[in-house]
Amino acid sequence: MTHNAVVVGGNRTPFAKAGGPLAQASNHDLLTAALDGLVARYGLAGTRIGEVAAGAVLKHPKDFNLTREAVLSSALDPSTPACDLQQACGTGLEATVYVANKIALGQIDSGIAGGTDSTSDAPITVSDPLRRALLAANAAKTAPQRLKALSRIRPAHLKPQAPSVTEPRTGLSMGEHQALTTERWGISREDQDEIAAASHHKLAAAWDDGFFDDLVTPYLGLARDAILRADTSVEKLAKLRPVFGGPGGTMTAGNSTALSDGAATSLLASEDWAREHHLPVLAKVVDAEVAAVDHPGGDDLLLGPVAAAGRMLARRGLTLDDFALIEIHEAFASTVLTTLEAWKSDEYCRSLGLDGALGTIDRSILNVTGSSLAAGHPFAATGARIVPTLAKLLHQRGPGSKGLISMCAAGGQGVVAILEAV
Amino acid sequence: MGVLEKAFYSPAGKALSAKAGLKEPPRLRRGRTWPQGAIVLASLGGGTVAADALSLLGRATEAPVVDDQPDTPAGYGSRIGALVVDATELTTIAGLEDLRAVLRPAVRAIEPSGRIVILARAEQDGWEAKAVTRALDGINRTVGKELRKGATATLLYVDADAASGDLVSTLGFVLQGRSAFVDGQAWRVSAAAQRPQAMEDRPLDGRVIVVTGAARGIGAAIARTLARDGASIVAVDIPPAGESLAAVANEVGGTALQLDITAADAGATIAAHVAGRGESIYGIVHNAGITRDKMLVNTDASRWGSVLDVNLAAQIRMNEVLLDPTTPGGITDGGRIVGIASTSGLAGNKGQTNYAASKAGVAGLVAAMAPDLASRSITTNAVAPGFIETDMTARIPFVQREVFRRSNSLSQGGHPEDVAEAIGYLLDPRSQGVTGQVVRVCGQNLVGA
Repeated sequence: MTHNAVVVGGNRTPFAKAGGPLAQASNHDLLTAALDGLVARYGLAGTRIGEVAAGAVLKHPKDFNLTREAVLSSALDPSTPACDLQQACGTGLEATVYVANKIALGQIDSGIAGGTDSTSDAPITVSDPLRRALLAANAAKTAPQRLKALSRIRPAHLKPQAPSVTEPRTGLSMGEHQALTTERWGISREDQDEIAAASHHKLAAAWDDGFFDDLVTPYLGLARDAILRADTSVEKLAKLRPVFGGPGGTMTAGNSTALSDGAATSLLASEDWAREHHLPVLAKVVDAEVAAVDHPGGDDLLLGPVAAAGRMLARRGLTLDDFALIEIHEAFASTVLTTLEAWKSDEYCRSLGLDGALGTIDRSILNVTGSSLAAGHPFAATGARIVPTLAKLLHQRGPGSKGLISMCAAGGQGVVAILEAV
Repeated sequence: MGVLEKAFYSPAGKALSAKAGLKEPPRLRRGRTWPQGAIVLASLGGGTVAADALSLLGRATEAPVVDDQPDTPAGYGSRIGALVVDATELTTIAGLEDLRAVLRPAVRAIEPSGRIVILARAEQDGWEAKAVTRALDGINRTVGKELRKGATATLLYVDADAASGDLVSTLGFVLQGRSAFVDGQAWRVSAAAQRPQAMEDRPLDGRVIVVTGAARGIGAAIARTLARDGASIVAVDIPPAGESLAAVANEVGGTALQLDITAADAGATIAAHVAGRGESIYGIVHNAGITRDKMLVNTDASRWGSVLDVNLAAQIRMNEVLLDPTTPGGITDGGRIVGIASTSGLAGNKGQTNYAASKAGVAGLVAAMAPDLASRSITTNAVAPGFIETDMTARIPFVQREVFRRSNSLSQGGHPEDVAEAIGYLLDPRSQGVTGQVVRVCGQNLVGA
């Protein structure tokens, strides 16, 4: 027996740049705040939810049970189980798929998917030699042995190691990878800046319309996304110096996402459970797919979602024309542009084993309330930001309206999903 | 807390202020608590409604000590908890002596946070009877000022056709600690054909009540108090207040609705929120309010307009939508509307023309709506807080604040819960006979009470 897994709604904190207004909040704090706002919006205080699945990309070892601990700190019934799940920037969407699948299988009738990240509260670790010396000292049975172990420590070992967003197999940062892709696909600086300016303008308009009044709860005095610049323009963005791809590069701080802090959650349920509890039924989770590319072998790191989308659409007998709205996560403006180019390219799509190009889309249905360039991108939270936003937009457009989500992730992975308004 | 305030509340400061005649304010009895001592019932002229109501409340009563010996002032042997005087049959100036004779011993014997309650008729025929009715108000106000240690006086005008079932929630509220900061007030209880039933501890069980401005201060206290009484709370506040709003909603097991009440579709949004949950609104508490204080000579159109819009016009717009019987999720018949007036509005307050206009307007609004909604058994009332200890009043400079605090018969500021309790009383289904009224929660403020 399968059940309709539907999106009831969502809640997130406003997002902010690393070191900004949310800098003092830990992942635990952020995820708890996002959960509590969701609980308050839907009157779930003291309610036992089937399962909460969430994660963080940058995670302290002490947060080994981050989601469960956040549930215990929240107003949910403490008997609500939880699991940590992590798929780099795809975390929030993968958590949605995980929860939706359990609902569809009838294993749970309600669930919360989410993600949080704090680049302000990133885990700082010690160097390998220091750790080895400390462990040896700890294991030593006599004082001289302990001293001997500690004497191996050199000043250079004491330097703390901050996590980096570098691909372990290539040594390149995500931006450096995307710069290669940008160059390869011939994406212009102007097009990237246009995507970035539009993202800010659309997000600002949505805020002004009150669109986020039932999607965001203020946190630590921050009531709106702090990265958002309503008054930015293509002209202003054109003045920024390139940060990836060398001096002649086209990728700037303006058309790349900023390191961000924030958390997002989405409430999912079987359609029956939602209706029994008189909760909104915005959209059902129709399908999802994850794919990966061989980026150590030279593939474009962030084009993983193309194969995923192609396979999922083929399986469903759908084309891009069937979608009322499309959300492509703006890791970089050029990720969006290369994804659109890749969808158009017969040659590229065939190289992925697809039957041919996916086609072109009308830009007016793309990221209509802005995306990560303007909102910010706390890695694991973004998927859980997009799902309720898209579900609400589709619901406004009426039953049957379909939406496609495409998210790139580190490790050459891509997560895609289809929502359909109920 | 500033240096001056710290010094004032230090042991040395307290000793000094006591010498200067400033007494430590009494600690008030609060909550659903009854007076400790005996409840004395005096029926002047054979009225029975008070006796019947006290019986419904399950309160045993004792006979009054009467001061009728010229040379030896009569006295109670011990403290009494309350004196309830049924003066509904009192119509003559000579009869007022009977009132004096039961008040004198009782005022002397009343316990801390005790209660003097006088029941009278509002509508009387004849010049003398009408004069007596008004005389009772003067007596009540003066007794309120003379009582000490947190004891209060209340005058209830009970309509001739009102029965004990109509009076039970009011008398229960006045006698209990819930009315701690209501002093020297008079309001009216009309006939509403309420069955003679006892008071309930959770009178709002399962009823949906919308509280605007619920994120903090008095609004949060209202949400907590109504939830204690069983209500299912829809906590409304502006989106930037969402964080504390969510905390309040989760604490009371309600829902949070982030909404600017001045939006044109605010009423529709609230109704849709409630209808979506398969419910209808039983009551709405229009608590959201702002101040933009300036002397009138410095008050521009924007300060004027914003205060009147948030504090008054917005609730009229919302009421219209929520009272439309075709609005799913709207206010049900038998429902309740409570506004928040202010002693500043009733008495006027320097630097608050806009605020006073809006708050006096609320008093006018609930009086105007009451008769029009009577056929649907919807009551409309307001409470008028005086000086209440909130984050807002904590910003008033200390000396000024201390003066405000002590400028009432209870020599202290009220708690947000005191306002909330009065609202809870008005929302009680048993309070059907109370409509179009303003109940001041001000400790009998010297101004505006």
